[in-house]
Amino acid sequence: MTNEPTNGTTRRGFLAASAATGTAFVAGGAAAQIPDPLITEVQEWASGLGLGVDDAPYGMPIRFEGDVVRRNVEWLTADVISSINFTPIHALDGTITPQGCAFERHHSGAIELAKEDYRLMINGLVETPLIFTYEDLERFPRVTRTCFLECAANSGMEWAGAQLNGSQFTHGMIHNMEYTGVTLRTLLDEAGIKPEGNWLYVEGADASSNGRSIPMEKALDDCMIAFKANGEALRMEHGYPVRLVVPGWEGNLWVKWLRRMEVTDAPVESREETSKYTDTMENGTSRKWTWVMDAKSVITAPSPQMPIKHGHGPLVITGLAWSGRGAVTGVDVSVDGGKTWAKARLAAPGQEMALTRFYFDYNWQGEEMLLQSRVTDSTGYVQPTKAQLREVRGLNSVYHNNAIQTWWVKTNGEAENVEVS
Amino acid sequence: MSKFLNLALAASLLATPAMADKLGLGRAALPEEVAAWDKDVRPDGKGLPVGSGDALVGEEIFADQCASCHGDFAEGIDNWPKLAGGMNTLDRKDPLKTVGSYWPHVSTVWDYVNRSMPFGAAQTLAPDDVYAIVAYILYSNDLIEDDFVLSHENLADFELPNAGGFFLDDRETTEYPQFSAPACMENCKESVEITMHATVLDVTPNDLTDDAPVEEAEAPAQAPAPEPVVEATVDPALIAAGEKVFKKCAACHQVGEGAKHRVGPTLNGMINRTAGTVDGFKYSDSMLEAGAGGMIWDDATLHAYLEKPRDVVPKTKMSFAGLKKSEDRDAVIAYLASFGE
Repeated sequence: MTNEPTNGTTRRGFLAASAATGTAFVAGGAAAQIPDPLITEVQEWASGLGLGVDDAPYGMPIRFEGDVVRRNVEWLTADVISSINFTPIHALDGTITPQGCAFERHHSGAIELAKEDYRLMINGLVETPLIFTYEDLERFPRVTRTCFLECAANSGMEWAGAQLNGSQFTHGMIHNMEYTGVTLRTLLDEAGIKPEGNWLYVEGADASSNGRSIPMEKALDDCMIAFKANGEALRMEHGYPVRLVVPGWEGNLWVKWLRRMEVTDAPVESREETSKYTDTMENGTSRKWTWVMDAKSVITAPSPQMPIKHGHGPLVITGLAWSGRGAVTGVDVSVDGGKTWAKARLAAPGQEMALTRFYFDYNWQGEEMLLQSRVTDSTGYVQPTKAQLREVRGLNSVYHNNAIQTWWVKTNGEAENVEVS
Repeated sequence: MSKFLNLALAASLLATPAMADKLGLGRAALPEEVAAWDKDVRPDGKGLPVGSGDALVGEEIFADQCASCHGDFAEGIDNWPKLAGGMNTLDRKDPLKTVGSYWPHVSTVWDYVNRSMPFGAAQTLAPDDVYAIVAYILYSNDLIEDDFVLSHENLADFELPNAGGFFLDDRETTEYPQFSAPACMENCKESVEITMHATVLDVTPNDLTDDAPVEEAEAPAQAPAPEPVVEATVDPALIAAGEKVFKKCAACHQVGEGAKHRVGPTLNGMINRTAGTVDGFKYSDSMLEAGAGGMIWDDATLHAYLEKPRDVVPKTKMSFAGLKKSEDRDAVIAYLASFGE
């Protein structure tokens, strides 16, 4: 390799470095031609001193990982305030998404709301309309659970055809965190729901308000407010100090900076549940209240941003699978565009409404591959192909594209987003 | 919250024992508080405040408050939402979804304009203004005459063309049975051909074989912004703080090398320039008058304008609530001053 560690983070740098040291990295089992100076020479880090414990009271990723960041697709929206960016899922592993690179979607920008300025109101069809401070919320019995949040528009740009070259862009409107907070059942019981209260209208403190109506049955079943994610306070962009968690349902319902919950006897039919987040079919009529996120999976690597950079032989094919209907029970992988499939290995048994990591250990001999993954969930739902989805919904849909994704891996290891027959 | 309320709360908690299944946390919401936040409006008109307005009045307010993004005729500028047109396009390729062609309820328009618009100055419109703006949007969609008075009494009865165009999620019956058949494992299809390549469209940000992302990520530590013309006396930390504040402006304004007019004009070299004089930008009449009257963007004027734009230029197109903090204004002015022509 090289003594310049900065070069190792980019593909170009890596390839140049590999070329410079000849065949040393081509195959794991190959005999070394010359002794590796990284081993035979005393390196600076093995002799000098590193940083002290007060260098970074809150640490950031090491600089070599500087390209593992959220990215924006500029042409998608009019500006960056009401917009979205994408989680670098291509470069992550495991299932938990660090908050700092978990995708953001704001409708009026991420706001700075201090805990002491925070109030949560419960009103409407309740026995006692209530106001909670942040400190009040911390005194309720607490729960912790891990859930994925997927934007309904994830893969939306891929409806009409293959568009964006990278799993970050095709599937990166998703994250998976461990949330700590209080169930809505606990909070709503405190106010006392009147019998006719069968909907819950939720809204945020930001200018967009992002109001949404949730059936009371779902609210009482498994929804919660969260003030911690992955063990620490929510980041500003994820709704600090309090956001809503709606397991398995589209991300737009997970209201950030949650300020009010109103018990009602009918949905409000807000902007976000009529003009947006509705699915237009081929005949021009539109599905509404399509809250559940269908089962979906994607191979995160290899993929266009993660070309195969090593030689022939062992290759780890890996990806993510999830279902808003329940737990992932299996993932199949195809290397021939869906002619034949084999079972992938799940890193851990699937959890309800949370991401599952899968691995497919493969012996690659430099052949072209058409890589696909296909998830099955605990209800027996099998992830459909794009053709199957389009047959039902046509080409004008935007949201809820959960179709099988194809990466064309070429003989040189590079990959491209394609569609196949 | 006032101390008085805290005391009242403490007293009521002590006086009222918690019910068996309740923890007694929080306090009762006051009617004024509920009224301040409970603003949502439903299709049946529940939640609408008393008021009215027509498209003639609405046109003026719209031009003032909305047109900089949505266009004078609600046709939408750049990527900003189009609010009018698109009738009978929902079953065609790339349907145009507007209030007229797609939205099912007028109440939703009222609710959203009232709660969340104008962008950057939400909750500043009076109810009559909202009725007038909604009337103008309906008028722009050829759904009412310009003298039709929209009010809390008739809004709920007004039916939009696509009101019947929605149906409840039916995936359980139309998709689930089909997509829950046992998965095929072998000989699933005869042949596989690539039918489409993403690279043909070439719309992915950043060349993936490029080093750009790394440079991008490391850039802040080394060199912020393109070659600022920094005056020796200006504190770099203030400019850096201004760059952050400017994010609030960046939805509409560009500055620096390659800046283009967006919703607002480019801001290169703006300090001490006469107001309303950048080539190629369509200013409000109000701003042109101010410039003709000799208004210069000096420090004091900018401070006043950035604090409350409409106090300085009454009918400016800039629908921005203003920067309340003096230090934010100082910072953003320092930042802007770092860009020459």
